[in-house]
Amino acid sequence: METLPLFIAIPLAVAFLFPVFEKLSLRRALLDGLAVLATAALLAGSLGLLAQPDRVYWIGGWAPPVTGINLVSDGLSRLMLVVVQAISFFSIVFSLRYMDRYSSRGFYYGLFFLLLAGMNGVVLTGDLFNLFVFIEIAAIASYALVAFGCESEELEASFKYLVLGSVSSAFILLGVGMLYNLTGTLNMAEVAAKAPALSGLPIMAMVGACFLFGFGLKAAMVPFHAWLPDAHPSAPAPISAMLSGVLIKAGGVYVLFRLFFSVFGMDLLYARVFMALGAVSMLIGVLLAVGQWDFKRLLAYHSISQMGYVLLSVGVGGEVLARGGPTPVAALAVFAGLFHLVNHAAFKSLLFLCSGSMEYVTGTRQLAEMGGLSRPMPLTGLACRVAALSISGIPPFNGFWSKLLIIIAIVQAGHYALAALTVLVSFLTLLSFIKVQRYALEGPLPELLRSVREAGLAMSLPLLALAALCLLGGLLLPLYAGALFTPAQEAMLSGLNYARAILGG
Amino acid sequence: MQATSESGGGLSPIVKTVARWMAGFILVFGLSVVLYGHLTPGGGFAGGVVLSAAFILVVLSHGRREVLQILSERAPTIYDGLAALAFLLLAVLGYAAGGFFLNFLPKGQPFQLWSGGIIPLCNLAIGVKVGACLFGVFAALAVFRHLHQRSA
Repeated sequence: METLPLFIAIPLAVAFLFPVFEKLSLRRALLDGLAVLATAALLAGSLGLLAQPDRVYWIGGWAPPVTGINLVSDGLSRLMLVVVQAISFFSIVFSLRYMDRYSSRGFYYGLFFLLLAGMNGVVLTGDLFNLFVFIEIAAIASYALVAFGCESEELEASFKYLVLGSVSSAFILLGVGMLYNLTGTLNMAEVAAKAPALSGLPIMAMVGACFLFGFGLKAAMVPFHAWLPDAHPSAPAPISAMLSGVLIKAGGVYVLFRLFFSVFGMDLLYARVFMALGAVSMLIGVLLAVGQWDFKRLLAYHSISQMGYVLLSVGVGGEVLARGGPTPVAALAVFAGLFHLVNHAAFKSLLFLCSGSMEYVTGTRQLAEMGGLSRPMPLTGLACRVAALSISGIPPFNGFWSKLLIIIAIVQAGHYALAALTVLVSFLTLLSFIKVQRYALEGPLPELLRSVREAGLAMSLPLLALAALCLLGGLLLPLYAGALFTPAQEAMLSGLNYARAILGG
Repeated sequence: MQATSESGGGLSPIVKTVARWMAGFILVFGLSVVLYGHLTPGGGFAGGVVLSAAFILVVLSHGRREVLQILSERAPTIYDGLAALAFLLLAVLGYAAGGFFLNFLPKGQPFQLWSGGIIPLCNLAIGVKVGACLFGVFAALAVFRHLHQRSA
């Protein structure tokens, strides 16, 4: 039996079960159990998929020559699938305890699984319109989740996110429409097969601009980032971890990679736009982050900055590829970008979960009101420290290795100024996380917080597991790179061969 | 008239009677749009919107107070969720015949009511889903909002 559609069907089924259960007033343990079981099963399934070769599944049996909707499992989508399932599993385990303070647990789980179904769909689909639909499913679920607390600040953030998100979706739809008009097909592989004939047309620049704007906004690249620092901190902490950890990747950066590498074919212009967006996001994001006193808002700005690293590195890879430079350099740049993407998912969701754990016991997100928390909360303190060291690129944690690889790749590609910028941004990141450690973990414990304790094992376990991933992810890279990263890197470097791999011939 | 509708008592008996009659016809029309969805313009979504319009008409004419006696807050949500699950079940049942979303029922003669395999069933599920969902949105905004304000 083919398992690919189940990655969309299971979260959808679970998502619609929860509101029904909630209204039937079933026991809470049943809801929690179902949520954990579903995410664990999906995680196991996605890990199992890693061992299997690339394949295409035509839904409803509509295979070429009558092209229907297809689901594609290639290296890049398998990589994203594993990341999405892993972070959602940890977020759900963390939610068990954290969501106590919110009502409507069933609706929370329902929206969470809708978000998951949307992201899995985006990652797996091989059809442009399907992609748009799944992006909308994920986006609409995330609008509701950002507003889940129903405080005025959260509603405002959600409304801003909703308006900007809808504008970006409109541009994506416009791009899909123009592409359909040009090629007469919505299947990404068929568009890719026709891409070389289209590449000179002026309208293709318009299509590319629509997608860059649309998905750039979903990925919160500067200058399209204005919604993220409001939306991500306003959501409940496990949702912040999902939004920053995976949604901006699955719904933004992944689609940019998929479309511009596999469907349009990377050319020098697109690669330079990637590099410019990445470099600007990297710098502006970190400069805005340094001055923040709200812990979650600081983390949100760092998401912009760290995703800038990913886009810059992959853009450099594309540029080397497009100008006919040495393939190993392009391969290293793409590899480093993907590695950093995975690492960012691990340490940024860990940081958001830590901020949630601290907020749960202290009731504040302001760094100035915290202090000395590593003593009453040793586990959270340890996890937070590991994550802070990872994101600032201190050896031996995973962030160090990916940043090192990114810098080596950029130097090898001959962009010395950009490499220097990358080092500078890394230094500024370290600076702002020294501030976090100084104010949240070290220093005197404020009078008000004398009585705080660790929030319980259900909240600490996901933190420790993610912290272990941050440490081992870098050290054990040679062991799993072949299973996880090499196929993804090959899928991106093979470019327009995507069409042949799917349609055959 | 304004005063009665403010207190949730509904409109005059003439309006109520006419609306009750009309709601029946609208329901039948909505059902036919859903059931003939695979043959004529329309389908699950359009028919579902018509179905919800029938219920909305009754709420508008009869007023909040009367409606709350027969309608519970949970009903639209439950029908909404169950219809979505039914649609998904049709897709997953395709596995038994060989694949996800495979049309596993006999296709029948084109342009007959009993044709198209699972498509009429899909339309039915979508019709219930859209009807319940749209009515649920309306009810949440117009009927139950007052309940929550009173209890708050």
